[in-house]
Amino acid sequence: MESKLIAAKSEPLWNTNNKVISIVCALVVLLFTLPLFGLNSFYLHLFIMIFMHAVMAQSWNVIAGFSGQISLGHGAFFGIGAYATSFFYMQYGITPWISIFFGMFISGIFAILIGIPMLRLSGHYFAIATLLIGISFQVVFQRWDLVGAASGLWVTMTPEDSWIALQFHSSKVPYYYVFLIFFLITFFVVWLLSRSKLGYRLRAVRDDPQAALSLCINVSNYKIIAYVISAMIMAPMGSLFAQYILIIDPDRVFNIEISIIVLLITVLGGIGNVWGPIIGASILIPISEYSRIYLGGTGGAVDLIFYGLILMIICIFRPNGLISFIPKDILERKKQR
Amino acid sequence: MTSEIILQAIVTGLMMGLIYALIAAGLSLIFGLMEIVNFAHGEHLMLSMFSSFWLWSLFGLDPLFSIPITILLLAFCGILTHYFLIRYILRAKMLIQICATFGLSIFIRSIAQLLWTPDFRNVDKPLLEGRIEVGSVFIGQPQLFASLVCLLAFIGLYLFVTKTETGLALQATAQDRHAAEVLGIPSNKMFAIGWAIGLGCVGVAGGMMANYFFIFTDVGINFALFAFVAVALGGFGSIIGCLYAGVIIGLVESLGGLLIDPSFKLLYVFVIYLLVVIYKPQGLFGRY
Repeated sequence: MESKLIAAKSEPLWNTNNKVISIVCALVVLLFTLPLFGLNSFYLHLFIMIFMHAVMAQSWNVIAGFSGQISLGHGAFFGIGAYATSFFYMQYGITPWISIFFGMFISGIFAILIGIPMLRLSGHYFAIATLLIGISFQVVFQRWDLVGAASGLWVTMTPEDSWIALQFHSSKVPYYYVFLIFFLITFFVVWLLSRSKLGYRLRAVRDDPQAALSLCINVSNYKIIAYVISAMIMAPMGSLFAQYILIIDPDRVFNIEISIIVLLITVLGGIGNVWGPIIGASILIPISEYSRIYLGGTGGAVDLIFYGLILMIICIFRPNGLISFIPKDILERKKQR
Repeated sequence: MTSEIILQAIVTGLMMGLIYALIAAGLSLIFGLMEIVNFAHGEHLMLSMFSSFWLWSLFGLDPLFSIPITILLLAFCGILTHYFLIRYILRAKMLIQICATFGLSIFIRSIAQLLWTPDFRNVDKPLLEGRIEVGSVFIGQPQLFASLVCLLAFIGLYLFVTKTETGLALQATAQDRHAAEVLGIPSNKMFAIGWAIGLGCVGVAGGMMANYFFIFTDVGINFALFAFVAVALGGFGSIIGCLYAGVIIGLVESLGGLLIDPSFKLLYVFVIYLLVVIYKPQGLFGRY
């Protein structure tokens, strides 16, 4: 109990070292200028995937890392986001810029509906229930004729690049910037969240629900808030992904692999830490994309073997993720006496 | 919709339910012992079905006779799992435990996919074939035999855990591993035995199902989901609860499929799960 309280006090983000801040700023500037150096489309794709997966993992980090509830069906919100933009664009011609928010809203509603009964469950019960939810969504969308059932939605192509329809056929650079901006916004929001009162209360709920309850923290309400925030971070990535590939079907956007990879990235990088998903995504996504190129992606599932292996090794040797290799006093400003 | 069709569905559901019950019992035993949910349970089931299949296809051994080999292989697999993975995460946070067994499940499934491709296979012309007619109800012989064997194995497991010395030692470890160690019961050995028996149950179920079920690398997912639900329904750690829960799930699955729509089987089971865990979080027979 005491050690937990100390751990909460010395959370590295509260005092961020000036050096860390300047490194982060330099990296952001670098990321913004990167396309100007004329990257080819493979590298642009790689970066887009890193941004996307980092945000997805960050979303999972909010519910699992901050509030301690393990969701094994987070792909559901990704799929909702993807279907929201494509469906509203194809049926009513609403621009994705607006329907991204529809997707967020619908995901949020679903998170509340799912969260109210299920977040009363703890631990394994919740994990199993979310696993079932993830698969249920896939089953329902595979048979729902309005959204194209199993063949999915083929987004109507605009004849040329269009910012309004958020479709770019000639170059990936605009997608790069869109994903980059969403990535930065999300990280800033989650960083603020982790420093806010809400973040501390969530961690209290995670570490000791009884003690949190005795401090008048409404445990189940806070879990639901975390779940809704997490769902609303996940949905826009689904929307943007749908705009990026322009063909979505239930097997792709509700795939259980999505729920697996967000978990994997977060655990690899460091769970419960804002920097964890960035580290995890920037290591894992290149590995996975390169292994897909060199070992072949069709049915071989070689990258999944690595995922499983990495996950087990991390769990055995580094349960706090790769971030635990960085000494804490680097991330933390020395206490002034 | 005649009463015969409903009766048929009930019989089918019952037979399936007994198999779910045995799979769930293995899961429940492991959970009761060390509070770890084996998320790779479905993959272990897949392994047992493939072991049965390969023994048939390479050595011409009928699934009926290869059952002991399958059980031994799976028990060995359980011991390996314990020594190479579970041993290290016993004291870890629940989240890490879930991630580790989840990682194991991805690993086993994708290795299987790489080695054996995702093709569907089945055992051609097993010894047990055909069906018998009782009144107006058709019962597949392999299905009937499988469910009877599973029921017997279940009873055997129950007697083992409640009557034999090793079984009592397992229970003691489940209740309080430190107190049990003081009394000279080595918990590490007990955990290994628990894994061997838990996966041995899966070996029985998988070996019997190889007679009539399609064998492919993703076969375990649905069974594992139903086993999770059965364990939660019966109460985590309760073995006898698994029997009731397994049968309930089998019946819900087959009756729901008959009366409403067979493509949403998973959803009915899911609804039952939610209702039970919300109104009776400790499950029907749980001690937690």
